[in-house]
Amino acid sequence: MAGNEIILDVQSLKKYFHIRKGAILKAVDDVSFQIKKGEVYGLVGESGCGKSTTGRTIIRLYEATGGKVVFEGQDVHRLNPREMKTFNRKMQMIFQDPYASLNPRMTVGDIIGEAIDIHDLARGRQRMERIYELLRTVGLNAEHANRFPHEFSGGQRQRIGVARALAVDPSFLIADEPISALDVSIQAQVVNLLRRLQRERGLTYLFIAHDLSMVKYLSDRVGVMYLGKLMEEAPSGELYRNPAHPYTRALLSAIPIPDPQVEKTRHRIMLQGEVPSPVNPSPGCRFRSRCPVAQKSCADQEPKLREIAPGHRVACQVV
Amino acid sequence: MEKLLEVKNLEVSFFTYGGEVHAVRGVSFDLNRGESVAIVGESGCGKSVTAQAIMRLIPSPPGVIKSGSIVFDGREITALTDRQMEKIRGAEMGMIFQDPMTSLNPTMTVERQISEGLIKHQGLSAREARSRALEMLSLAGIPRPEERMSQFPHQFSGGMRQRVMIAIALACSPKLLIADEPTTALDVTIQAQIIDLMKDLQSKLNTSIILITHDLGVVAGLANRVVVMYAGQVVESGSAERLFANPQHPYTWGLLRAVPRMDRDIREELHNIPGTPPDLFAPPPGCPFAPRCGYAMKICHRERPEVTSLGDGHQVSCWLQHPLAPATLSPVNGGAINGGK
Repeated sequence: MAGNEIILDVQSLKKYFHIRKGAILKAVDDVSFQIKKGEVYGLVGESGCGKSTTGRTIIRLYEATGGKVVFEGQDVHRLNPREMKTFNRKMQMIFQDPYASLNPRMTVGDIIGEAIDIHDLARGRQRMERIYELLRTVGLNAEHANRFPHEFSGGQRQRIGVARALAVDPSFLIADEPISALDVSIQAQVVNLLRRLQRERGLTYLFIAHDLSMVKYLSDRVGVMYLGKLMEEAPSGELYRNPAHPYTRALLSAIPIPDPQVEKTRHRIMLQGEVPSPVNPSPGCRFRSRCPVAQKSCADQEPKLREIAPGHRVACQVV
Repeated sequence: MEKLLEVKNLEVSFFTYGGEVHAVRGVSFDLNRGESVAIVGESGCGKSVTAQAIMRLIPSPPGVIKSGSIVFDGREITALTDRQMEKIRGAEMGMIFQDPMTSLNPTMTVERQISEGLIKHQGLSAREARSRALEMLSLAGIPRPEERMSQFPHQFSGGMRQRVMIAIALACSPKLLIADEPTTALDVTIQAQIIDLMKDLQSKLNTSIILITHDLGVVAGLANRVVVMYAGQVVESGSAERLFANPQHPYTWGLLRAVPRMDRDIREELHNIPGTPPDLFAPPPGCPFAPRCGYAMKICHRERPEVTSLGDGHQVSCWLQHPLAPATLSPVNGGAINGGK
């Protein structure tokens, strides 16, 4: 599947929000990772960890506070408007909420066609043909083009979102929690669709989600975020077999498994308390206030990511 | 074991401009004292409406309990007056909701919200209620309860708010706790804390629990018995062990196979259930799952299947159980369905 060519290189990316005088919310703070062409990279973490902000900063919905996003050799945040237009054809996004992300006043055909028009990819008959083709690709049919979003169920709307993203024939898709608003049986439909598209079109995905079972299933490699930091990164199987960071371990052990026999005998690492505020974080490791193995020295220095096995990086000085 | 709750042939409809929505269509199940049962299903399957009917919280109009009976602790709930019901709600039945943000009163301190029920239902004095509220908060695992008690809901995080909800719901030591998606809005590490707390309190207070959820993982960790609902009907029910190990209904198979399991390495396609649930304005005459079911036969589209008892409280409504149905193997464990013939 994935080759060795690096398509996206995120270097020390920072995104801070100034929320009020003197208070800085460090949503993404010095995050670096690379994604190879044809790969599915999963970004996981709990609410407020900065995974969505990371995705939005990569595609430049937000301007970065610091660091670089290099996509196909170009620094995304230095592109001029004309170059941005080309970039927008290559990278597209699918959003979490299929109700809020489709304009209720536009027909499905126009929603999908808008991008075709902006980039002037096709006109008239050809344009409609292209829209029908996209609808069929995502498992809807041509008649759906004249309808409005409210006539569709959540799963169908998410398919429309996928069709819209595919309209410009991108090579890279950011899927931000694309299935968390959907019912279980519908989730499987959308995930299978995403996988099929990836195989058929050789797409690269950044898959952002909090559902670790689904991320494991879909991703080649996974990065775990906590309070704006990348805590651990490893090939998907390796991460789930040998989680190294105390946070990853706790996170994995907290996921309920649909089997009462397994649940009875499982050992759960209970984290105390909740995720602290990302506003003006204290120095040192961000996880130390909840960490079961924290030591005094964890407060002194922010741990850097280091490699503990091939492709397996962890930001913790204790393990 | 002694029965605490018995629901029989419950039917609930909502009369809207578009017509009658048949939300719950003949649901029956029961609950023993100290037991926890999970009602599982997807959005719109009627699981929350069933719970609301038990609490008599169906908004009316447009909602109506059309028929059926709900016997709670020897009393027929559907026949009670609102006044009588008020005495039961909060005192003998507690409820926690999905969204702790909107179900707490933002203008009242946490102490007042817990004491309210204690003063009303148990006739405690303000001082007694205060000390009981304190006790409940520490039981619910809230650190520094003396200090937290005088705070307002917005000063609590999501997980802490859910703990406050639990403290309120259990303050009067109800016999039954109804938890409607109690952890859906929470992160996994917080979800694990809340499930742990509910289990702990259940064993301490011997409360029966009805857990409403779509998450089979949560069910496996908490429930003794499971009721699977689809389109307003119960399609399968039984002990959690049996239902997960040897499910019999194609919809239950679909649910179990649609989610990847974290403890397994699978790379093949997820099983998906094609299509969407039926329109409850005009529910189909046969099995509601038939249009999406890979095993559907002619009869499935025409007539509703009878309930088949498989022993040990395991029940399923499916034509595959009929002696004349073709031999079928379960895709979950390879076992033969209707092996008795």
